[in-house]
Amino acid sequence: MWRNITWRIAMIVFLTAAAAAVLAPSLTEKIPASWRDPMPKINLGLDLQGGVFLRLQVEIDKAIENTTQRYADEARAVVRDKGLPVLGYKRTSAESFSLAFPPGEFAGKALELLKEEFPSLDVTLGEVKPEGASVVAKMKEAEVQAIRMNAVGQGVETIRNRIDQFGVREPQIVAEGDDRIVVQLPGVKDQQRAIELVGKTALLEFKLVDEGASVEEALKGNLPEDSQLLYQKSADPASGRIAKTPIVVKKRSLLTGDTIKTAKVSFGGQAGGAYVSISFDSRGARIFDRVTAENVKRRLAIVLDDTVYSAPVIQERISGGEAQITGSFTAEEASDLAIVLRAGSLPAPVKVIQNVTIGPSLGEDSIRKGIRAAIIGALLVVGFMGFYYRFSGMVANFAMLFNVLFLLAGMAAFSATLTLPGIAGIILAIGMSVDSNVLIFERIREELRSKKAVRPSIDAGYDKAFVTVVDTHVTTLITAIILFQFGTGPIKGFAVSLSMGVAINLFTALVCTKVVFDYLNAKKPMKTLSI
Amino acid sequence: MIELVKNPKYDFMAIKNYAFAFSAVLMILGLIGTVQIFRGHANLGIDLAGGTSIQAKFRNPVSMERVRSLLADAGHSGAMLQGVEGDTVLMIKLRAVGGQEERMVAEPVLKLLREKMPENPFVVESISEIGPAIGHKLRQDATWALAIAFLAIIVYLAWRFEFKFGVTATVATFHDIFAMVGIFWALGLEQDLLFITALLTIGGYSLTDTVVIFDRIRENIRLRKRNTFSETINLSVNEVLSRSLVTGFTVILAVAALLAFGGDVLRNFALALLIGLVIGSYSSIFVAGPMLVLWRGEKMADVKR
Repeated sequence: MWRNITWRIAMIVFLTAAAAAVLAPSLTEKIPASWRDPMPKINLGLDLQGGVFLRLQVEIDKAIENTTQRYADEARAVVRDKGLPVLGYKRTSAESFSLAFPPGEFAGKALELLKEEFPSLDVTLGEVKPEGASVVAKMKEAEVQAIRMNAVGQGVETIRNRIDQFGVREPQIVAEGDDRIVVQLPGVKDQQRAIELVGKTALLEFKLVDEGASVEEALKGNLPEDSQLLYQKSADPASGRIAKTPIVVKKRSLLTGDTIKTAKVSFGGQAGGAYVSISFDSRGARIFDRVTAENVKRRLAIVLDDTVYSAPVIQERISGGEAQITGSFTAEEASDLAIVLRAGSLPAPVKVIQNVTIGPSLGEDSIRKGIRAAIIGALLVVGFMGFYYRFSGMVANFAMLFNVLFLLAGMAAFSATLTLPGIAGIILAIGMSVDSNVLIFERIREELRSKKAVRPSIDAGYDKAFVTVVDTHVTTLITAIILFQFGTGPIKGFAVSLSMGVAINLFTALVCTKVVFDYLNAKKPMKTLSI
Repeated sequence: MIELVKNPKYDFMAIKNYAFAFSAVLMILGLIGTVQIFRGHANLGIDLAGGTSIQAKFRNPVSMERVRSLLADAGHSGAMLQGVEGDTVLMIKLRAVGGQEERMVAEPVLKLLREKMPENPFVVESISEIGPAIGHKLRQDATWALAIAFLAIIVYLAWRFEFKFGVTATVATFHDIFAMVGIFWALGLEQDLLFITALLTIGGYSLTDTVVIFDRIRENIRLRKRNTFSETINLSVNEVLSRSLVTGFTVILAVAALLAFGGDVLRNFALALLIGLVIGSYSSIFVAGPMLVLWRGEKMADVKR
């Protein structure tokens, strides 16, 4: 088939048309939507359009500790509800906690009760002493494994929800390894806001203010066992300075954010600023109703990630499952808070371990410079080839043009991401494409020097160069593929365009240029060759 | 026909001792550079060493002294400052200091500058913060990529030629990479992920160069044009010399465009490519062939047909 010129020309024409059709949507908006929309496009890397790249470390151990703490709180509440006197409770390790009981039957009864209520815990009797006994509960291994497995997956889901609501186009949020999440937000300018939105654990809790405890004592470290010291943040409207007020609250949370149905920003109210109104699902509404009924005239602290947002006095029983979080928010902060409340809390805290932010102006500057460098580089090479190899050089330039067209179309077809190093890779692929032609042309020249006729010289040149062209391309392809497989960041972007370029080049160098010479030779053999 | 070199008949083998001596110097430099990298005395980029790099564009020219003292007061005395474009664009680099602690400092630093220099507002052009553990991981990944690439290439060349050809080509490639590390270290240029990308690219390019020559050597061995292996190598290198020069020149044209017009981000990368291209061409012409003779001897009879 490859001996037949018509076939080869038809093939090249078809591929060119296909490449143009695939590439067009990436280059211009001015084509029909029915063509543009379903086509894959070349994505611009963050370095070329600006944006935020975050690598987060999920602190899974914290998730396990938190779960244990929650079990401990619930267990204590359960045994208390049954009228068993609990002397104290504490977390004894990441995965276990203990409850202390006074002498008597209490510990035994609690043991039975907890075994029944918490099938995911291993509950055993601890030390029995004259002054009392304790019950030790440990999370079952399967439960710990499940938390470990779910922490990253849930984290990805939660962050994706938040980002979707934040309104970023084409975000990429993926798990990496066992405990990392990579977030890419193209076009986002305000990195600090993005980090806060992504990184907020968003554990919302309602806790009673411990009116009996003294804040002064608490600051010295003397706290009742079931209370904790938190800070309430408030901004002074005049100066805008953030003030932190210490406040003592009960450790036990009466209600958590997982019962929230919706959260939205509202304006007005007593303070006149933005606030977040939330509504609970039926379970949450029921609990909220009971909590407010039982605690009229007491203060209820609204705590997000261990910071108190407000601590209003409950004036009356609140039925209907609606509540407000007021505080000194800007409209932006309130909207972000509503987003994280709607999207749910992260199963474990996350820590930013890598943050790369490229401003949009630098991105535009980079793409302009990168493309300009590519064009100038290509023009220099085209000029040199035309000068050095004359007509044959122009044939090589024609192959190079195809190479670039196919390469870009290939990148579009795979929705590859074009980065600055990627542009460098394209420039290098151009260099490779020229090299193949140089190899072939030098061979043809050798044949011509030995006084062979033009046509056999061309054929022999291609034949002899063939092996070398394949060898050079395969070795380069090996490096490029390994770079792609093991490289990260810029290395990967470079490897994508280089490996594609090299593969395409094998075709353009060996087929596209040969067909020109064969076509010219077809009618009557060429007498001379400009090379 | 325009020709760069007409009918070349240079005796490359005759000057092999000079080439070996020159290469030895490059290797020593490379060795020192490598040791210094492992000792942490090299100019490693933020992405490999971990740390923070901030690029900000100010409205008015900014005094480096002022920024330096502000940062020092905040406990960042090791900050490296670099001004560009009439000193309105400022680069601040803070390396991660030892340990595995992943501390993000960009936001506090920006806040500090905003507060202490309210008369000169700025926009952030780029921030790059990389924890030491990630930097370590990237460094490890890059090393692995390098090692696996070498292994794969030895295997491919051993299959295409002979084991000794494969190893020699790989050693020549390693020579180029080592030399680039040494030269970059000696010039105090920053070595980052893009530099490693350049190393691998040059590895591929230099290998291509060597393979072209080896291909010709193999062909000439089959044709038995000369009596000794040295003569065959000389003939082969001369035969492909114009290809080596033309290709080298065109690639240099492309890379020079990158160097001149690619902007700051690509400058180091393009420079590394340029240096590598020159060394890569040198090693395949002057070093790879002689090394092969050294290893396998002069007798043509031993050569696989």
